[in-house]
Amino acid sequence: MNMTELFKDQFAQLQAEDKDSKLSAVREQAFSAFNEFGIPTVRHEEWKYTRIGTLFTKDYKSQVSGKTDFSAKDVDAYRLPGHKEANELVFVNGQFVDKLSTIRSKDLTVLHLAEAAKNEYSEIVSKHFGHSSDYLKDGINALNTAFVKDGIFIHVKRSKIIEEPVYIYNITDAAAENILAQPRSLIYLSENAQLQIIETFATRGTEDSFTNQIMEVIVEKDARFEYCKIQNDSANASQVSTTHIRQTGTSYVNAIIVSLNGEIVRNNTNVVMEAPHCEAHLYGLYFQKGNSHIDNHTIVDNVMPHCFSNELYKGMMDENSTGVFNGKIFVRQPAQKTNAFQSNKNILLSNNASVNTKPQLEIFADDVKCSHGCTIGQLDEEGLFYLQSRGIPEKIAKSMLLVGFASDILDKINLPHIRTYVDHLVAERLGN
Amino acid sequence: MNDSSTDIEKAVLKEYEYGFVTNIEADEAPKGLSEDIIRFISAKKNEPEWMLEWRLKAYNHWLKMEEPNWANVKYPKVNYQEVIYYSAPKQKTKVGSLDEIDPELRATFEKLGISLDEQKRLSGVAVDAVIDSVSIGTTFKAQLAEQGIIFCSMSEAIQEHPDLVRKYLSSVVPVTDNFFSALNSAVFTDGSFCYIPEGVHCPMELSTYFRINAENTGQFERTLIVAEAGSYVSYLEGCTAPMRDENQLHAAVVEIVAMEKAEVKYSTVQNWYPGDKNGNGGIYNFVTKRGICKGDNSKISWTQVETGSAVTWKYPSVILKGDNSVGEFYSVAVTNNYQQADTGTKMMHIGKNTKSRIVSKGISAGHSNNSYRGLVQVSKNAANARNFSQCDSLLLGDKCGAHTFPYIEVKNNTAVVEHEATTSKIGEDQLFYCNQRGIDTETAVALIINGFAKEVMNQLPMEFAVEAQKLLAISLEGSVG
Repeated sequence: MNMTELFKDQFAQLQAEDKDSKLSAVREQAFSAFNEFGIPTVRHEEWKYTRIGTLFTKDYKSQVSGKTDFSAKDVDAYRLPGHKEANELVFVNGQFVDKLSTIRSKDLTVLHLAEAAKNEYSEIVSKHFGHSSDYLKDGINALNTAFVKDGIFIHVKRSKIIEEPVYIYNITDAAAENILAQPRSLIYLSENAQLQIIETFATRGTEDSFTNQIMEVIVEKDARFEYCKIQNDSANASQVSTTHIRQTGTSYVNAIIVSLNGEIVRNNTNVVMEAPHCEAHLYGLYFQKGNSHIDNHTIVDNVMPHCFSNELYKGMMDENSTGVFNGKIFVRQPAQKTNAFQSNKNILLSNNASVNTKPQLEIFADDVKCSHGCTIGQLDEEGLFYLQSRGIPEKIAKSMLLVGFASDILDKINLPHIRTYVDHLVAERLGN
Repeated sequence: MNDSSTDIEKAVLKEYEYGFVTNIEADEAPKGLSEDIIRFISAKKNEPEWMLEWRLKAYNHWLKMEEPNWANVKYPKVNYQEVIYYSAPKQKTKVGSLDEIDPELRATFEKLGISLDEQKRLSGVAVDAVIDSVSIGTTFKAQLAEQGIIFCSMSEAIQEHPDLVRKYLSSVVPVTDNFFSALNSAVFTDGSFCYIPEGVHCPMELSTYFRINAENTGQFERTLIVAEAGSYVSYLEGCTAPMRDENQLHAAVVEIVAMEKAEVKYSTVQNWYPGDKNGNGGIYNFVTKRGICKGDNSKISWTQVETGSAVTWKYPSVILKGDNSVGEFYSVAVTNNYQQADTGTKMMHIGKNTKSRIVSKGISAGHSNNSYRGLVQVSKNAANARNFSQCDSLLLGDKCGAHTFPYIEVKNNTAVVEHEATTSKIGEDQLFYCNQRGIDTETAVALIINGFAKEVMNQLPMEFAVEAQKLLAISLEGSVG
């Protein structure tokens, strides 16, 4: 059976089983959008350099009834350092599992999305759920929404500061068969609230996994949202990971993405600045080898005046890997006095690696300062020579330079545990 | 800032200077496009059989193609059956000397500041003038022929130098390349042909002047420049059109072939009628320009000043095939009122040690939209490729837009590619500084804009630099940001 028919069957099954859900209508809409757009091909401008059609030729286990026998002990293998002082949320095969998750902070509300859609939070859900589809008009985004049965809803009340970070584990159990997982989350930071999220992806087993994730975040006035995504999944794991952040009030956002492994990894990171004086920082580090493909798409949409955004993505491509960066900055007509910066720097370490980059600006306001820049090059020969002339072997000198290159991004990680962990992963990759 | 809005209005109200219509009797084909029309054009031009076949092949391919819509421009679609594909100023017989040209026609070119007669000897520019679809006269042909340089209209070249034309025509832009190049191949009526033999340094600037005159006509010209090993040529192109309410179509193709150690410099000042201040009328300028650095150590340089056209869609590109070859692109694109420009370049690095440089300056005013779209491609074997791109945008007024779409694709790890872009407006501090030193605001703006575009203007040959600077002033006079 081909994928389209399979999805059709599964969709009908889901709608029948879960027909009373508030999300039913949204799913219906999304599924017709999915049928309209289809799986993006390279003819789709936003997917020009990333071919995901092959991922849909595989046979995936039914995603509706994706039950698993994962135990807390199984999760241990994937826990991040510092988890004892953190809130842990576990998704297995795209479904949120309560019994594996731990909530430590008393001010943190974590609910099933289906539940939140029914109670006091229903207004927030109906207002914000699915906003990312206004920006990502493709079948992949629609596919996640079409099959949203559950997910998580995180709410932080007014003026509450969540001291303990929230660790989100997206685990795919591909020990027996190919898995398509579609985690979904909606996060709401009320006025003056603060939250830190660290997210990782892991696959168990050697079969192929494909994670199609959407996280939507709403950041209210004076709130502060910090986000860090670590992608170090196995070489048979692919993902399309969307982080869609709306700054509905003057607020602060910091998002860091570190991508180290995976088959095809596509990140959509969107920041929509809907209030004046918003501030956003987007950082990315990608360091790929093997045949892995990494694609970072970012959108910074300046809707209101006086916003500031800074974007820095750095990539090191080794062996046969390919890297893609597409950064978009929109400055709408009312968004005067916008300051938006974007920079993408790449180092090609092997003759079979390639980089495609497209830093894009679309500006409709005149009183703005916007710049973008990108470079593709090699390790600085003079730097290498300097180190070698001081008795440092070439291999070590090279990795010193690469660590230096990466540290611009790594330095932005605030949590010491996570910083050490990522440093360790990078060092491992460099073979030290 | 109240002054500034009136200044902008003043600039907006500035009329197009070249909008007159010349009453020349024209020999026209009926409206529409069909195989018969192509046969008609081909027969009219007395073309050999292979040329007709080539055109029909292009036409048949064009029928299967869809008009592209990826560019960042919006315009009502062209009805290709409403266009007149052939319009020639009536001439009884082939003219022997320029004195025999229709005096009305000569007056037209005098108005444009393009004198076809011997006065041009003083400035030393050889001119080929193309009105509507047909070349009406080429100056300095004899002097150029002494050195073996062929500079003539395309139709003449097909008659007199069929071997050269056949060898190089569509070798850089295949007929199937894109929608507009296929259309052009099917119906092009004239253009310029230029051939520089081995080792010859062309002693003067070669220039073509294009003008659309008749109503409802489309202009489809084809330019082919071949520079043999070790030769050099600098080529200029200029264009204007009368003011009309309907949109007219201009779909040209320019091909350049540079052999070993050859250098071709191609400069354009494009000033087609941009439409009135409400966005009515104007030329659709859908042009394919491409050069190939075929031999080692060759160089192709594109310089363009784009001030006209309602919609521009143009990407002069260079295929850097020969080792150590160099490609350059310098552009100033100015849009005002409701003009839309989507322009840029492609640099395809294939040979080793190839270099390219892109400098693009976009200036938007009024309600216009100005986009830079560029591609820098380094293929797997293009060792030590080097590219530097800079695209700056200047916004005058808060209703216009500036966009950049740079595509960079690198498949070789010895390549060094840099791209940088900025968008800004004229700073109040800059204006204040000038005012404080007794320079009035308007002069100060002109000063700043000229400074902004200087890097590109410097690349223009002298003859054009003057015109281009004037054009820039006309297009943007008084537009205080």
